[in-house]
Amino acid sequence: MTSSSGERMLDVRGLTVRFPTSDGIVQAVSDVSFALSRGETLGIVGESGSGKSVSNLAIMGLLNRARTVISGEVEFKGRDLLTLPPDELRKVRGKEIAMVFQDPFACLHPMYRVGAQIAEAFTAHSDAGKHAAWSRAVELLDHVGIPNAKSRARDYPHQFSGGMRQRAMIAMALVHNPDILICDEPTTALDVTVQAQILELIEDVKREFDIGVILVTHDLGVVAETANSVMVMYAGRVMEYGPAAEIFRHPQHPYAWGLLDSMPTIERRLDALVPIEGSPPSLLAPPSGCPFHPRCPYRFEPCATKLPPLKVPADGAHLDACHLPYDKKVELGAQRAKKVAA
Amino acid sequence: MAFYIARRLFWTAIVVAAVIAITFVVFYLLPAGDPALRFAGKNPNAQQLDLIRHRLGLDQPWYIQFFKFIKNFFTGDQYGWPGLGYTFAGQSSVLHLILDRAPRTLLLIAGAAVIWLFSGVTIGIISAVRRRTIIDRAAMGFALFGISAPVFWLGLMGLYIFWRQLGWSSGTGYVSPADSITGFIGHMWLPWVVLAMLYAAFYARMTRNNLLETLGEDYIRTARAKGLTERQVIFKHGLRASLTPIVTMFGLDIALLVGGAVITESVFNLQGLGYLAINGATTQDLPTVLGVVLLAALAVALMNLVVDILYAFIDPRVRYA
Repeated sequence: MTSSSGERMLDVRGLTVRFPTSDGIVQAVSDVSFALSRGETLGIVGESGSGKSVSNLAIMGLLNRARTVISGEVEFKGRDLLTLPPDELRKVRGKEIAMVFQDPFACLHPMYRVGAQIAEAFTAHSDAGKHAAWSRAVELLDHVGIPNAKSRARDYPHQFSGGMRQRAMIAMALVHNPDILICDEPTTALDVTVQAQILELIEDVKREFDIGVILVTHDLGVVAETANSVMVMYAGRVMEYGPAAEIFRHPQHPYAWGLLDSMPTIERRLDALVPIEGSPPSLLAPPSGCPFHPRCPYRFEPCATKLPPLKVPADGAHLDACHLPYDKKVELGAQRAKKVAA
Repeated sequence: MAFYIARRLFWTAIVVAAVIAITFVVFYLLPAGDPALRFAGKNPNAQQLDLIRHRLGLDQPWYIQFFKFIKNFFTGDQYGWPGLGYTFAGQSSVLHLILDRAPRTLLLIAGAAVIWLFSGVTIGIISAVRRRTIIDRAAMGFALFGISAPVFWLGLMGLYIFWRQLGWSSGTGYVSPADSITGFIGHMWLPWVVLAMLYAAFYARMTRNNLLETLGEDYIRTARAKGLTERQVIFKHGLRASLTPIVTMFGLDIALLVGGAVITESVFNLQGLGYLAINGATTQDLPTVLGVVLLAALAVALMNLVVDILYAFIDPRVRYA
């Protein structure tokens, strides 16, 4: 393999996903752009319905093409995945780009043996015989930390615990040494103690297989532990995007502040948590201007009418989409940091 | 697994015994006349009636009769095993009667079942895969027709068109396959199709709905994410999960028809078990009714057992429950 860490693999530009419904058009994702390099973990954060999962399903070609309108470009190894014929895209799925989903209870077929389901992922893209595919399945189950992999491969999903099922899903995703692993809320359905193990496993796997990981989550703690870069999404739009260390140290967008202040940590007492007032907007009739303005405590006159562009507001800063002047953001950000420390 | 089957068998026996007891009680608590009167012929005197009652065992309390019936069933009587007694009407033993009539009903059910299972499931799959197309709408239109059209009407229309007008069917009545295989098929194909219509329509709708529901499951998305072809996704992952409830239904539908294909039997004059049961009930011929009810109950109970065992093989989650 001639892979090298840091090589740019995925380039998403202006991704927009619309679902025409009988009530009107739901614009689930609007003009989303990001890139992923080999060895990088990109965390995509946002509340439910912010378009995180839909973006990834669009990249994988798992949205029903007959019932969605997708525009933009998803460049992967020089090809635009969005214009690839279905059968060509199928050959990419599970081979070069693999996906792990949120609910490992529902994502494994209840009537097939775990090993068989992994072996099937192998034979989907190779001429290997049943025997070879089964050995590959056992090998990977062992690799992701299933004890007695050889006999456990013969088990059915309901005989696995939640964490083991998610390990099996990861094993399934790895059968072809993919370039990109998309993890859509991989720990949301699991116990807290198991969550850490799964995140650790994803990190290990990323290093060993030298792949790029997209980690979708609504849990900032998860992102803080593992991501190299972070993209904050709201109402289908990118609010803030940059290196993880900067986003956590100097968040620029009021929505990101809201997310951080509502996140419990060991140090912070529960009554010190500040929830974001209100709820996410309907994507059927999104608010005018900045989608976050109805909930934003810092809104001012242009916010309700003008959509803030995603741009770097000053030298040394990272991308955000907010009308506030940069020095104002720095000032408010400093106040916020002081309050948190207190 | 052995324990599971043993437990199921035990309950099967209990259910069959309960069905017999209820039939017995209903028959004695709701007498619409004295069976002895019917048996005795014209103008009997009281002495003759008492004699007949004694011969038929009707002079004993119902629980003694019930006990005797059960005992004879297990040990057999002079007409063979299992002992079902002699009809009140007096032409033959119930066992002989049932053995004579059962093949007609069973062959009717078997032919119809094959037709409805294959056509119903096939139509359902096509409908689900081609959802919201003309094909889907046509198939579901057919299903609606099949479900709403009464069997006797379908039967009579079928006879008029395919027997009277086109001459493709040999019409009503029954010809044993042992006598003439072409005669058998000539007489049976129309009742098969008519009986299968209702079920095929039902199965098509069920298959379609189950498959559509299954295709919305998360594990189907996983199958697609693996890069399986759409054919593999639907036929391997989709069908496997959506056909399980159909297996259950199939077993029970077949069993219920053993005593319940009366309308089809009478439209086509097949004189099977349904005919026996109706005849027995209207003439208060308790042994005949009991014989048919027992057979029908056994069929339902045994099919239930078969389905449960089959289910454990199809769905691994049941095995360990």
